[in-house]
Amino acid sequence: MTAISDRRQLAYIAAQAADARVNVELEAEGMTLNIGPQHPATHGTLRIVARLDGEQVIEADPVMGYMHRGYEKLAEVRTYPQVTTLINRIDWLGSFANEVPFILAAEQLMDIEAPPRARHIRTILFELARIANVTLFLGDMGVQLGAVTPIFYAFRDREHILNQIESATGGRFHPNFDRIGGVKDDLPAGWLAETKQSLGEIRKFCDQMEDLILGNEIFQARTRGIGVIPADVGLSYGLSGANIRSSGVDWDLRRDGAHPGLAYNDVEWRVWTHPDGDSFARYWVRLQEVRESCLIVEQLLDSMPSGPIMAKVPRIIKVPEGEAYVETENPLGVMGYYVVSQGGLEPFRVKIRSASFSNMSISPWLLKGTYVPDVITILASLYFILGDIDR
Amino acid sequence: MISMLLAAEFAWWQTTAFKLVMAIVAVLIPAGTTVYLYLFKMVSFMQSRLGPMEAGPYGSMQLLAELGKNLQKEDIFPLKADRAVFALAPYVVLMSTFLLAVVIPFGPDAAFTNIDVGVYLALAVSSVSVIGILMAGWASASKYSLLGGLRAAGQLIAYELPLILAVVGVVIQAGTLNLQGIIAAQNQQEIFGWGAIGNPYILTQFVGFMIFMIAVQAELTQVPFDMPIAESELVSGYMTEYSGFRFLMFFIGEFATANIFAFLASVLFLGGWSVPPFVTDLLGIAWDSNWMNFIGPLVMLTKMLLLTFIIYWVRFTYPRFREDQLQKFAWKFLIPLSLLNIFATGVLKVVF
Amino acid sequence: MPLVPGVVSGLGVTFKEIVKTVTKGAETVQYPHEKEDPAPRARGVIALHEENCTACMLCSRECPDWCIYIEGHKELAPPRRAGGKPRQVNKLDRFDIDYGLCMYCGICVEVCPFEALFWSPEYEYSEPKIADLLHDKTRLGQWMETVPDFEPYEGGAEVKIKKVPR
Repeated sequence: MTAISDRRQLAYIAAQAADARVNVELEAEGMTLNIGPQHPATHGTLRIVARLDGEQVIEADPVMGYMHRGYEKLAEVRTYPQVTTLINRIDWLGSFANEVPFILAAEQLMDIEAPPRARHIRTILFELARIANVTLFLGDMGVQLGAVTPIFYAFRDREHILNQIESATGGRFHPNFDRIGGVKDDLPAGWLAETKQSLGEIRKFCDQMEDLILGNEIFQARTRGIGVIPADVGLSYGLSGANIRSSGVDWDLRRDGAHPGLAYNDVEWRVWTHPDGDSFARYWVRLQEVRESCLIVEQLLDSMPSGPIMAKVPRIIKVPEGEAYVETENPLGVMGYYVVSQGGLEPFRVKIRSASFSNMSISPWLLKGTYVPDVITILASLYFILGDIDR
Repeated sequence: MISMLLAAEFAWWQTTAFKLVMAIVAVLIPAGTTVYLYLFKMVSFMQSRLGPMEAGPYGSMQLLAELGKNLQKEDIFPLKADRAVFALAPYVVLMSTFLLAVVIPFGPDAAFTNIDVGVYLALAVSSVSVIGILMAGWASASKYSLLGGLRAAGQLIAYELPLILAVVGVVIQAGTLNLQGIIAAQNQQEIFGWGAIGNPYILTQFVGFMIFMIAVQAELTQVPFDMPIAESELVSGYMTEYSGFRFLMFFIGEFATANIFAFLASVLFLGGWSVPPFVTDLLGIAWDSNWMNFIGPLVMLTKMLLLTFIIYWVRFTYPRFREDQLQKFAWKFLIPLSLLNIFATGVLKVVF
Repeated sequence: MPLVPGVVSGLGVTFKEIVKTVTKGAETVQYPHEKEDPAPRARGVIALHEENCTACMLCSRECPDWCIYIEGHKELAPPRRAGGKPRQVNKLDRFDIDYGLCMYCGICVEVCPFEALFWSPEYEYSEPKIADLLHDKTRLGQWMETVPDFEPYEGGAEVKIKKVPR
């Protein structure tokens, strides 16, 4: 027995065991197709075990966990600033949004309120993260459906937002800017005017996407009526964010669960919903949400109060005993952090309620009976990030 | 043909060798040009970037680099693949391209052959590639390739019919199946008594032209009809398991076929190698003089580049149809439309 | 049905992009022939101002990856005024940052009480081998030249601008 055949045998046995774990029955009918974990359409390492009858899906089972990085365990041995650094990387496209609920939960435990200027800066960066995240979706849905050009426009116009985030925080993708009691540093001179310009570019991009994708008859034929999620089914599966708003449910935590740590009550904005609940509706709602975010950011930029950016906190932060759960309306949905503290430098336990994990739970129900191309459309329109599913 | 060209007598084997070389040149050189122009440069400009710039001035040698890269790759056979069929499939696809190139005339005498049923041969031979794609799909022993191959079979056969029916209108107007005869008809006929530009069938057979271009897009499995490839689902469909030289065959075959179909379309609808009569009148030469043997290929190249621009412009802008929508579009819309086109052409031909 | 079908206006958008790229140039930067300047606050590399460092180990402790290696020893320095006691100072022996581990989070720069660490937007320091990414205090000190001055803040800020020791 050479070493190579030993390894091959081992790999073969491991593959059998993995398949058995997923409960793939004997192929009495249909063909089992593994969509993923290496696949252009699954946004990362997601595996969907689909049983097909020709081109129709009889049964689809998502297998998650290929990207599990152990955030909740890592958070048990790191101090609060260190945890803030790590959780940037959960939803890596709108990364500032990951820090916000955690910091708000810690502030709730410490009973501290951030000063108004810090609240404004925090909300502006939160909305910029949302714009950065959702603009990518607008282009990405095109590429999943075959249109290769819109994603380049998405990346190009997203650069304006990332440049603004970089000039304020120092990092394009992982700002690491939120601190307990406020934000890390103030904005550099000229930032407010430049950000307004970037928002103009984003608005032009939204108009381009409307012409290029939304108005395209082929896109409409591919997405209208595909993957319809009724409102009650969506709510029972725990869907959140634009997915549930496009099924007609008027629920947005920025308005309904407004937290004192964010400045949404100071601006005028509206929540967009769509009654259809299909993939087209999800695209449409997210497009309108980007435009709405531009409006919110502009109002916040105009009404920026002056003042300190950090409340009075001790240098070494020891959070008092207690537990707090804060959830916010992140770009992908509702993200919540349940922080248990035992009075130390480090949290005792951090439980992360990530949006994409609950959004994916509807996929076995939703994918039954669809065609293989529609599977891709539905997954693209549900819009999950693997880092958010697996944490 | 070249005996008339160069006013000297050549043996049969010399002419055949020359034609062989020219066939390879006629297929591969335009393929290389369109790959560079459209796949590397046009799509990049569309996407606000510059494309390959490092290999050669403005990236012109990129195709050579790709050639070298593919040639030095390992020749991989999937474990359970049917080796003979797997190896043969790219050559079948390429064979149909070269066979199609044989009938295209590039000048009054600069043609490989002048068959009386040129149109018939061209359309018949273009269906051979379906076999190659099916072979590739089944022999790859991969579920993704299988899905791609089966989708391709359905799609390519469905879109053969609009392709053929669109050409029937042209044939009725020209009155002949001979490609040189169709060019002559477009050049010599007049539109309502005005003969300055002849009668290019793109004007009178506009519906047929649109149907032909749509069917060509589907025959090439280009977006919006690229379900067989469907890059974001099937990762290249029937081509997934191919790498190295065999993949290069498919790649070049895809672009060469696009060029040949564009050549065919320019012969059928744009007047082929002939220039509008007022130009030849200006230059004082006959419309099928010996000069056209040299200008003809350039004219064909220009018309082909124009048509491939449209093909690739559409390819890089639209999302793709789903398989059943694709079939519905062909059977329920394109075929009735093309039948109507034939009916209208026949009626108008008799009336006028 | 809109007047111009969506498929046609989509073609118009891409054609306009082609014209824009040909006439005004592409949005991409042809690195390495042209280079863009990152923002002054961009987190490119960490520079060390050795005179300020007292080997207090705070940065090393707070690093989430534990990528800073510090060794120091205590020394007796001459008294500040004549006739005083010799005072004990920390001397820095070794200050290494392993950029293969560094997450570029900035916690070390933030917690340093003596302002010895600074961010610099310099990013071109890649090495063929990961082991070569462990940079010592000489190299870190050389990067101090690339540290830009702190910019002024937006109107309404109450934070004081810090100064970079040169």
